[in-house]
Amino acid sequence: MADNKETPLLSVQNLIIEFATENGVVRATDNISFDIFPNETVGIVGESGCGKTVTGLSILGLIPSPPGRIVGGSIKFMGRELVGLAENEMRKIRGCRISMIFQEPMTALNPVFTVGNQMTDVLMRHHGLTRRQARDSAIEMLAKVGIPAPAKRIDEYPHQLSGGMRQRVMIAMALSCDPKLLIADEPTTALDVTTQAQVLEQISKLQAEFHMAVVLITHDLGVVAETCRRAIVMYCGRIVENTSIEHLFTNPRHPYAKGLLDSIPQIRSRRLEELPIIPGRVPDLLHLPPGCRFAARCPRADELCNEQIPTLSPAGTHADRVACHHPYAAEPAGPAS
Amino acid sequence: MSGQDNTALLEVRDLKKFFPVRGGLLQRVVTQVRAVDGVSFKIDKGHTLGLVGESGCGKSTLGRAILRLHEPTSGQILVDGQDIVGLQRSQLGVHRRRMQIIFQDPFASLSPRRTVAQIIREPLDVHGIGTSKERERRVIELLADVGMGAEIRDRYPHEFSGGQRQRIGIARALALDPEFIVADEPVSALDVSVQSQVLNLIAELKKKRGIAFLFISHDLAVIQHVSDEIGVMYLGQIVEHATVGDLYSEPKHPYTQALMSAIPVPDPTAKRARIVLEGDVPSPMNPPDGCLFHTRCPQTQDRCSTTVPAMVNVGSETNPHRVACHLQD
Ligand SMILES: Nc1ncnc2c1ncn2[C@@H]1O[C@H](COP(=O)(O)OP(=O)(O)OP(=O)(O)O)[C@@H](O)[C@H]1O
Ligand SMILES: Nc1ncnc2c1ncn2[C@@H]1O[C@H](COP(=O)(O)OP(=O)(O)OP(=O)(O)O)[C@@H](O)[C@H]1O
Ligand code: SF4
Ligand code: SF4
Ligand SMILES: [Mg+2]
Ligand SMILES: [Mg+2]
Repeated sequence: MADNKETPLLSVQNLIIEFATENGVVRATDNISFDIFPNETVGIVGESGCGKTVTGLSILGLIPSPPGRIVGGSIKFMGRELVGLAENEMRKIRGCRISMIFQEPMTALNPVFTVGNQMTDVLMRHHGLTRRQARDSAIEMLAKVGIPAPAKRIDEYPHQLSGGMRQRVMIAMALSCDPKLLIADEPTTALDVTTQAQVLEQISKLQAEFHMAVVLITHDLGVVAETCRRAIVMYCGRIVENTSIEHLFTNPRHPYAKGLLDSIPQIRSRRLEELPIIPGRVPDLLHLPPGCRFAARCPRADELCNEQIPTLSPAGTHADRVACHHPYAAEPAGPAS
Repeated sequence: MSGQDNTALLEVRDLKKFFPVRGGLLQRVVTQVRAVDGVSFKIDKGHTLGLVGESGCGKSTLGRAILRLHEPTSGQILVDGQDIVGLQRSQLGVHRRRMQIIFQDPFASLSPRRTVAQIIREPLDVHGIGTSKERERRVIELLADVGMGAEIRDRYPHEFSGGQRQRIGIARALALDPEFIVADEPVSALDVSVQSQVLNLIAELKKKRGIAFLFISHDLAVIQHVSDEIGVMYLGQIVEHATVGDLYSEPKHPYTQALMSAIPVPDPTAKRARIVLEGDVPSPMNPPDGCLFHTRCPQTQDRCSTTVPAMVNVGSETNPHRVACHLQD
């Protein structure tokens, strides 16, 4: 367990990212702050469109610009400021110190090149391997992530692979250069549960081996429970809860986090007529309410919630943090505000 | 799994789909990927067959082959008793209308330059159904069916969240009043709360309209919620097939058991006995002899590597539970 004095590997402070759209400017992340410590796995969860991918992309300097822009805040990696870093400096960090597994393997893989071409390119560029060495190393990596007949598959094009295999190729590429920080955006969503278990085990093995921190973006809370130490819950561009895994699952404090946990599909001994849902829907980023963004769907909302945006409290490194005017009580302590 | 007497809405018999693999300087066909390798099942009106299995085991290929989006290599696809495999494209029209597909990715499957109304009425336009006015009215009805208001008809897909886009995709699939829908991972790109909304919608459609589904998913909790029966696939074949209740309470095939044990549990304190599968996934280009699962099966025996286990019914005549494993014969 890290203590408060440990320096974070990655420190994001008050990050604001905006996108210019036809209908106006949307703020995809609004003042988000969090730290990632060496060798830990942190989950980022939250409703579709809440800003998870954008957060990941910003760390790698990959926000498409235009239309996107980092409007404010700071991203420090190993003490170095990444916001505003020149592209050629950023390129040295990207794919080497920090790697990302992308959410949509089909769009991240180039359809006109074989799997092998794409993998060997990266290895030759960052590791100075010869083509032959790079090819061998790529085949080995493909085997490690469980691709059958890797020596044959390496010469295939992305469209010839199943969805799950494409995702494993992406993982093999991301891990091929021993990063310090791996950002994995829905890395196992396209995989069956046994392959998912294999891949997650592979990631955590490499994590231990290379002392690598992992940011795991996923909507599968089962995966979060099994692999992460901490979780960051986002809603509509803001962090609403940042807490230990144990606390998130036994004692979620934010009403959205609680709603999310209640709606996990679970294997049940008797089938339910209807699955529990969070009523209503996420507000449009172009027409945000003045107060708490969850207020229209929240069972605990009152006047204060409709007027004032709740901010994340308190700011200790590993303390549980929640942004809510009326959070559920922290157990075993008495009721909060 | 109805008896011989009543014809199922859909029956698939020994369906195969192989993809050629080319290689060498001349790009000749050097081998084949046996993506679907002899699959048989029936689906009755209003019933849902759930399909689970390892990534790359052929689920999507099977779903597409049934709609003839892939031309089957061999086998039969009977719709109301009529085999549609030999039919010319032109003769296929009427069946096409009865069978639709919902894709995994609500982002890629909707054209970004068309409005919601244009997307939903496209199948009506293609099949020349109704007057322009009637089609407009139908679009509004379909939007209502999937829980969306008429006011969104002139907006574009990128203005919606994943769950809303998936609803638009479902509305389009419903436009021609299909009797059968292949749903290929329809909710896996969605977050849990939205997932549940879409699943509740699918359950309602099933009940109200009697639509039959082939429902493909990796999520065994989702599959349990929507299916009447479940088929477990491994390397292009169905290795176990039973009612939902039987499959979850008594999985018989070692692969099914491994699958069940690998489900992530949303409880960080849970203790679990996971069956870890050793060995590599065999290649569908070169499937193993004997039982397809023997290279990884924790319970493998001598005969498993040489003799193919037959599919046997370990359930009853009226409530079959089929499994292909030597431990059962
Ligand atoms: N290129 C872009 N142009 C305009 N808006 C964008 C762009 N990329 C992202 N956004 C907006 O930023 C917000 C956050 O998007 P992001 O992709 O980070 O969501 P997410 O949390 O990853 O969602 P999901 O779970 O669906 O992947 C969205 O509301 C989206 O509309
Ligand atoms: N067009 C194609 N050409 C060659 N091989 C193909 C093609 N489409 C699929 N395959 C191969 O067929 C096999 C089955 O693929 P399919 O997409 O049906 O799997 P799946 O069960 O849907 O997997 P996933 O769960 O990962 O989506 C895989 O080995 C795949 O590589
Ligand atoms: S601030 Fe108010 S509306 Fe927002 S989550 Fe907390 S109780 Fe609900
Ligand atoms: S037939 Fe043998 S190898 Fe195949 S599943 Fe049964 S025990 Fe395992
Ligand atoms: Mg995303
Ligand atoms: Mg598939």
